[in-house]
Amino acid sequence: MEKFLDVVIAGLLLGGLYALIAMGMSLQYGVARVLNLAHGEFIMLGALSTWTLYTVFDISPLIAVAICGPITFVLGFLIHRTMFRKLLSSSTNQGIFESTSMLASFGLMYVISNLAFMAWGPEIRGYSYLMDTVSIGGALFGARRLVTLGFALAIGVAFYIFLSRTKIGKAIRAAAQDPATAGLMGVNINMVLAICFGLGAAMAGIAGVLVSMCYPVNAAMGIEYLTVAIIVVVLGGLGSIPGSFIGGFLLGIIGSIVSFIEPGLTVVAYYAIFVILLLVRPKGLLGK
Amino acid sequence: MSDLMVIINMLALVYLGWFVERSLQKNKSKMWLFSGLVVVMLVILFTLPNYGPTYSYIMVTTILMYLVLTVSWALFSGPTGYISLAPAAFFGVGIYTSAVLGKDIPLLAVVLLGGILSFVLAMIVGALTLRLKGTYFIMFTFGLVLLITNLLLWYEIKFTGTRGRFVVAAGNDTIYYVMLGIFILLLITAFIIKRSKFGLALQSIGQNEEAAAHMGINVTGVKVIVFAITAFFMGMAGAIMTMKWTYIDPYSAFDLFRSFLPVLMAIFGGMRYFYGPVLGSVIFAYLEEKLLTEFPYVYKLAFGIVLIAVILYLPDGLAGLVDKIRARIARKKNALT
Repeated sequence: MEKFLDVVIAGLLLGGLYALIAMGMSLQYGVARVLNLAHGEFIMLGALSTWTLYTVFDISPLIAVAICGPITFVLGFLIHRTMFRKLLSSSTNQGIFESTSMLASFGLMYVISNLAFMAWGPEIRGYSYLMDTVSIGGALFGARRLVTLGFALAIGVAFYIFLSRTKIGKAIRAAAQDPATAGLMGVNINMVLAICFGLGAAMAGIAGVLVSMCYPVNAAMGIEYLTVAIIVVVLGGLGSIPGSFIGGFLLGIIGSIVSFIEPGLTVVAYYAIFVILLLVRPKGLLGK
Repeated sequence: MSDLMVIINMLALVYLGWFVERSLQKNKSKMWLFSGLVVVMLVILFTLPNYGPTYSYIMVTTILMYLVLTVSWALFSGPTGYISLAPAAFFGVGIYTSAVLGKDIPLLAVVLLGGILSFVLAMIVGALTLRLKGTYFIMFTFGLVLLITNLLLWYEIKFTGTRGRFVVAAGNDTIYYVMLGIFILLLITAFIIKRSKFGLALQSIGQNEEAAAHMGINVTGVKVIVFAITAFFMGMAGAIMTMKWTYIDPYSAFDLFRSFLPVLMAIFGGMRYFYGPVLGSVIFAYLEEKLLTEFPYVYKLAFGIVLIAVILYLPDGLAGLVDKIRARIARKKNALT
């Protein structure tokens, strides 16, 4: 029983990270309608920048959150303002926009990851920070894992409040439901979509900072986190932000249980869940 | 010198693609001339190992591999608009057929079997998933490749104890001839499909699937059968190509890159035209062979930039650009007379 509790807690710690990664992607798909294949590259950017900030400039990763978050936001915002906005105006219907924007984001993935390869090289980087351990119910866990979980929860809650209480949050929800009508109601739709894309990128950037605290990172890491994000987003329901939040924790726990039983099958289990889910219930847990 | 030969053969391949497109049109003027040229091009291609250095036909083999992947991908995804990211899965099935059975049965049988197994997999996948629309279908095919890769890796390590396998090698010229044969067979198949009612059915599915179903087209049936036929060619290409590589493991056999490349090459060339994907893959495959080993990051960076630029500014790709320029020249001529 105690063993089981350990596994679940380890899963929750992993799940927090997954939830954060997936929420960003879900926001970009749910509102801006871009299935952003470059999502993992924003995570990579956050992670490698944090590594540079910490090892070269001696800036704590917790402060790096406040640096990487805004920078990735601006990056995402600008990318949407230039690239996706042009695609949006040239696409005749939503289906065409979804497929062309996905392919364009694939190009973006190549651009960002190879620029990073040029800047940082292919070496695997890591640093040690906050190496203390904390005991929960008799089992020891790294304090950095708890910090990660704390951040994921805080961002999830803050984002929920932002969406439900602020004016711009209301505009985002309206744009998610019906962009054309929201535009008629006086919502500056292009601005809202760009903000959503930027927020999604910022969540990826912050997730990257947290990833670099717990795991070794390198320029090729993006695709691995991209696939996790896609799985969680489908698990939670495509475009549903609370779904992604719950789905992240669920996948973390499942992963932790499977790797306890048969470590070689963890990744297989992820993809198996993904493929079966698409066949049986493509709209996921909380999809409409 | 050998580069010149490669380029001549590339032009011959593009010509073959263009010829298929031309013979699908109603315009039958000068067809005797074009058909005669086809014979010349085939002679150039089939005798390459006799006059070219080894390097030249190894390179054309790689170009042919991308051609088979891209043209067969575009044959299904072009008219229907269903973007499949499963080519790597079908290609990989061919590779593993070769790796497991290559020692026991003759080469051509292995290649054929690789194609047939891919065909069967595509039938199953298609029947299950071609009801999924748009993004869901893309994500399913994406997940399928990763699922197969990781399942296979787990199986190999757990039960055979090794990560990869050795493949029985074949001569470079044999591989070249077989690959060329597959490509020509693909062109003939594409021609037949495009001219038959299957081609029309695919077109109407792409334009409006519900309307197509109402007109009495067995929508799912047509989609599944054409999807499986294209997988057949990808599987054969994988089975023969791996004989050049000699060693494979699940990650190299089911490399997701091979799912994305056909998409990019087809878009770059122009999906509205039959020869567009041919043009796109010939150019990209050549550049890849030249640049990838020496400047991998620059090549891939340029790749991304070109892709974005084409999607934003050239939605009909290179072939569309050629058409536009031709129209402009024709207009100038008319203006002068």
